Amino acid sequence: MSPSQTTSSTNSSKHVQSQRVYVSLDTTARSKGSDSVADQVSRQLSQQPELAATLVRNGSRGMFWLEPLLEVETPQGRVAYGPVKPNDVSDILSAQAFDDVTDHPLCLGLTEQIPWLKEQQRLTFARVGVIDPIDVADYQANGGFVGLSNALNKTAQQIVDQVKESGLRGRGGAAFPTGIKWQTVLDEAPQQKYIVCNADEGDSGTFADRMLMEGDPLVLIEGMIIAGLAVGANQGYIYLRSEYPQAHKILNQAIANAQTAGFLGDNICGSDFTFNMEVRLGAGAYICGEETSLLESLEGKRGLVRAKPPLPAIEGLFGQPTIVNNVISLASVPFILSNGGEKYRDYGMGRSRGTLPIQLAGNVAQGGLIELAFGISLKDLIERYGKGTKTKRPMRSIQVGGPLGAYLPQHQWDTPLDYEAFSAMGAVLGHGGIVIFDDSVDMAAQARFAMEFCVAESCGKCTPCRIGSVRGVEVIDKLLDADDEQRPVHLELLNDLCDTMEFGSLCAMGGMTPFPVRSALKFFPSDFSLAKSVPAQSPTSSTGAQ
Amino acid sequence: MSISNEDRQQIVAIIEQHQTLPGAMLPILHAIQDKLSYIPEDAISKIATALNLSRAEVHGVISFYHHFRTSKPGVHTIEVCRAESCQAMGSRELEQQAKQKLGIDYHQTTKDQRYSLEPVYCLGNCACSPAIRIGDDIHGEVDGEKFSTIIDSLSTYSLELS
Repeated sequence: MSPSQTTSSTNSSKHVQSQRVYVSLDTTARSKGSDSVADQVSRQLSQQPELAATLVRNGSRGMFWLEPLLEVETPQGRVAYGPVKPNDVSDILSAQAFDDVTDHPLCLGLTEQIPWLKEQQRLTFARVGVIDPIDVADYQANGGFVGLSNALNKTAQQIVDQVKESGLRGRGGAAFPTGIKWQTVLDEAPQQKYIVCNADEGDSGTFADRMLMEGDPLVLIEGMIIAGLAVGANQGYIYLRSEYPQAHKILNQAIANAQTAGFLGDNICGSDFTFNMEVRLGAGAYICGEETSLLESLEGKRGLVRAKPPLPAIEGLFGQPTIVNNVISLASVPFILSNGGEKYRDYGMGRSRGTLPIQLAGNVAQGGLIELAFGISLKDLIERYGKGTKTKRPMRSIQVGGPLGAYLPQHQWDTPLDYEAFSAMGAVLGHGGIVIFDDSVDMAAQARFAMEFCVAESCGKCTPCRIGSVRGVEVIDKLLDADDEQRPVHLELLNDLCDTMEFGSLCAMGGMTPFPVRSALKFFPSDFSLAKSVPAQSPTSSTGAQ
Repeated sequence: MSISNEDRQQIVAIIEQHQTLPGAMLPILHAIQDKLSYIPEDAISKIATALNLSRAEVHGVISFYHHFRTSKPGVHTIEVCRAESCQAMGSRELEQQAKQKLGIDYHQTTKDQRYSLEPVYCLGNCACSPAIRIGDDIHGEVDGEKFSTIIDSLSTYSLELS
């Protein structure tokens, strides 16, 4: 490494103000080496004071195959370079780089013009990757806290009405209308109420919550303050999974900065409203993403699922009325309050209104975060954004909605991303995570894993989930070892067991574990050495996807 | 296994600092584990007394969560993601290679007390699968070779220190 290799230049004195160079501090960017790139940028800038530039660690734009991405602020806009290695930095940061797009081989042109980014509809993620995540002034300069200031001029009911009008549904996966949940809490008599943010994003293939908390934590904080105003709650908790150490640090810094700037604590923005918040860490339990288990955990107990009713909106945290909302749901609220519920509602299809932050993951050439209105098909998404598999082999199966989501064969990839359309085919959209598998996947192993995961993560309260998952692993093993004569027997047992879990479990953990199992059996029978004519197979299915 | 007086004092200080928080249990357990790398048996009765719970209740909470441990781990705890996105990119092989490289299975620690191996279900690094976590560092696109390089760099670093 020889940082002094750059072409020295003296013509940059014309830059009046300190220009910014951006390198992401997002977990995925860091996993690809953005910290060493940032170190190199700092070293370079301190050696070239004539450039008068400063380094900003931003969130990620979500184009993970291009990370570490380096952006240079120019009079034309931000210019992107990527993926950058530390020893590329000195070449990139020439004086010309601060003027315009350059002919450096890693130059991607103006960031905002990169088609992958340009074609998105970023409402909730508008500032992620753009601003300094913990800088309140930067947040405000980019439209932050406008929603809160509007909310402060409304009655509680008017705020809830805006959220209702937006058509926003819970982005954690259950898709329950957010406005109705808020109304229930508002309707409870004034007493201690809580706002709980579910940041226990445990689904494989999802990272939208993490990206948002690392890239624009203040929008989540603003959303929680507005929720507090709407229902009369003065205390918020973010229940964050312990697998997200970087998000933890950034959230804590953002909360401290918001407090200093007068957006948290007593008399927020000169009003008589008080709101405090705190981050609480989970401890590696998938089930704590289920809202009642989460509340138990926050109370300091084992994360056992509660029977409903009572709803958390009526008897939630410490027995008090509580809003439990996902990160993205809460982070969508500032947009709704600053632009109006109707504006948000204009996006989407059917009863799925607004935008969905979609996460492309697994075996995909161009993985990352894509925020779009509901309605795009998986096929479109993969053709336009994913660009096939990373291994360059044909795609065979796609799991949508996390470990409890169905595996979709090729003929279902035309389905539009819409809660109802997915539900109609026995699948779920969940939190918008899409995991792509190529043709080397063994779907029997995936089905077995679904049961194994449930064994590891079941809270143990109800029998169908606790015992059913153990039996599920056993019966799948037997099915795979069986001869032609025994196979139908085990298959019948497995189907029966799936029924028991689906209809007899207390929550979605046991209730939905059969989804991936059944879809694997139905659409990929040959992986289980089953003939095409499996009883569970629907007439529309085919083995053509193989 | 008894603990040093210093550790005991730290536990007492942590409990005193957190016990008035609503739902203080997890914050206390996290703080102790962050400080001592595990939750010693001695801490359980102290937490129970402070929170007015039985020792069984405290033990029940510790045993419920994968993250908490009651024995001292190796210098480095290596978590390998087992979830679907990583499976799609070869994590099943990576798991085998990791176990082979370290000579231990999940939930075990190497004889020299340097490495512990744990499974984890998703690190949120799914666009760059497979992922592993060591301390607060998350590594992406890890195959057997990269795993070996990372482990070797850890041992080189610690030799320099000692």
